[in-house]
Amino acid sequence: FKHGICTVEILDAKTKDKLCFLDKVEPNATIGEIKSMFHKSHPQWYAARQSIRLDPKGKSLKDEDVLQHLPVGTTATFYFRDLGAQISWVTVFLTEYGGPLLLYLMFYFRVPFIYAPKYDFTTSKHWVVHLACMCHSFHYLKRLLETLFVHRFSHGTMPLRNIFKNCTYYWGFAAWMAYYINHPLYTPPIRYYINHPLYTPPPIYGEQQVRIALIIFLFCQVGNFSIHIALRNLRPPGSKTRKIPYPTKNPFTWIFLLVSCPNYTYELGSWFGFTLMTQCLPVAFFTAVGFIQMTVWAKGKHRSYLKEFRDYPPLRSPILPFVL
Amino acid sequence: MSAPAIGTTKTAHSDVAPKKKRGPGALATAYLVIYNVVMTAGWLVIAVGLVRAYLVRGSYHGLYFSIEKPLKFFQTGALLEVIQYISSNVMIMLCSPAPGIVPSSVVLTGFQVLSRVFLTWAVTHSVREVQSEDSVLLFVSAWTITEIIRYSFYTFSLLNHLPYLIKWARYTFFLVLYPMGVTGELLTIYAALPYVQKTGLYSVTLPNKYNFSFDYYTFLILTMVSYIPLFPQLYFHMMRQRKKVLAHVEEYKTE
Repeated sequence: FKHGICTVEILDAKTKDKLCFLDKVEPNATIGEIKSMFHKSHPQWYAARQSIRLDPKGKSLKDEDVLQHLPVGTTATFYFRDLGAQISWVTVFLTEYGGPLLLYLMFYFRVPFIYAPKYDFTTSKHWVVHLACMCHSFHYLKRLLETLFVHRFSHGTMPLRNIFKNCTYYWGFAAWMAYYINHPLYTPPIRYYINHPLYTPPPIYGEQQVRIALIIFLFCQVGNFSIHIALRNLRPPGSKTRKIPYPTKNPFTWIFLLVSCPNYTYELGSWFGFTLMTQCLPVAFFTAVGFIQMTVWAKGKHRSYLKEFRDYPPLRSPILPFVL
Repeated sequence: MSAPAIGTTKTAHSDVAPKKKRGPGALATAYLVIYNVVMTAGWLVIAVGLVRAYLVRGSYHGLYFSIEKPLKFFQTGALLEVIQYISSNVMIMLCSPAPGIVPSSVVLTGFQVLSRVFLTWAVTHSVREVQSEDSVLLFVSAWTITEIIRYSFYTFSLLNHLPYLIKWARYTFFLVLYPMGVTGELLTIYAALPYVQKTGLYSVTLPNKYNFSFDYYTFLILTMVSYIPLFPQLYFHMMRQRKKVLAHVEEYKTE
């Protein structure tokens, strides 16, 4: 049982050098407060890039952890690791989603130097191309708004190098897809009535294919949004508590009965719909790569749910009901 | 690329003695010895084939044709190494060639093997017109000498009787062979360019049902450009390995 004043010393986790000595620390001080104090003596290490642990190779302590509840004496010894330059999640999301939104529109409006000069500032004659632009733009606008108003992030920051990696991925794929969909030689889905090699189909679009694709896309967009709202409501503002998500009154959340990460399920569905709508191989590639990445994330999340909650519903799969 | 870079990063001190008790299992060792002996023999066949053809013809031109089949067979066979290194990650050292010679990364290995296989099949085999180029002989010779040394290095290491000469050769010959091989490879790709552009080899154009296009000509140019950042990295990596491995020799020289 501690009362009075504690002292804290912070050592480098790799070299074990004494970096900082704090006396007159309150026993009920949090790790977050200690990080601020450490930052004062070492201004180059702002709190977000500090990893404070009890053991040099151990897990990082949380900002909320209180000094007197940790297994330390009146003099606490902590180990510090520099996480590297950090950037806030919000900044990363806005940049990585803003890029595709703008890039796609540049291809849609056929800004000069992309296609042959005679096509500059022309628009496609296929209505599915206009539809695809609306869907793609809607999708990324939705993501931007969700980043600003819906998501509650458990970490404030991520390593700086992530922004380059993430932006390359999103911007690169967006440009690649947009190039083909908005190309003057783009071929929309066509329904063939007869399979004879000499038969030339009339220029009627595979309207049915595009219609089904649009329904799938919109359904999954609403579903994805519903899940984000449900997850947000699990967590009171400013808190970092974690709870098991359950189905709510919204039918789009009933998928929680079968899946741990339905936001990924719906996201996959949206892009599947977009692939069907545009019938474009690069879009299929993007969907496939996204699917692999989201499956990895979903499996990780599912595993941590199982570890954290004894009573986790056994029927749930990570991303695809019963399958994956 | 022709860098003898695979599986060398952690070689250093444990190459000769003392041996750690945790080696690969007997069956895995037997498989690897056989694999490496066969590969050594294969590349020796290629080397002998080149020399014989040269003596018979009296000129350097068109020697590729005399060793085309064994080259394709043994270079492609190296894909097995990628599988070996993947399984060694899975079975924790069980399949490693020898204690201390742990493959540094599957990525480095896989990348080198894939680039060699790419050059063998997607460039030299696919574009008939470059097969009589001298640049082909340049990289084939570089690969041949490199591989003979590399596979015999692995073989002897597995049998724990590595002659210093082989180790020295492995970490020294690359200084000349690597640039030689890279030059041959780049010249060959460059020679293939006009034919690829003319025939549209492996290329897909718009419009088509799946709204996709691929220009092999541009792809080859990008491949050539990628040598600029990649070659120096691999080369200097090998030089660092050389310093590490040959510097320790004074302490451990027993063969």
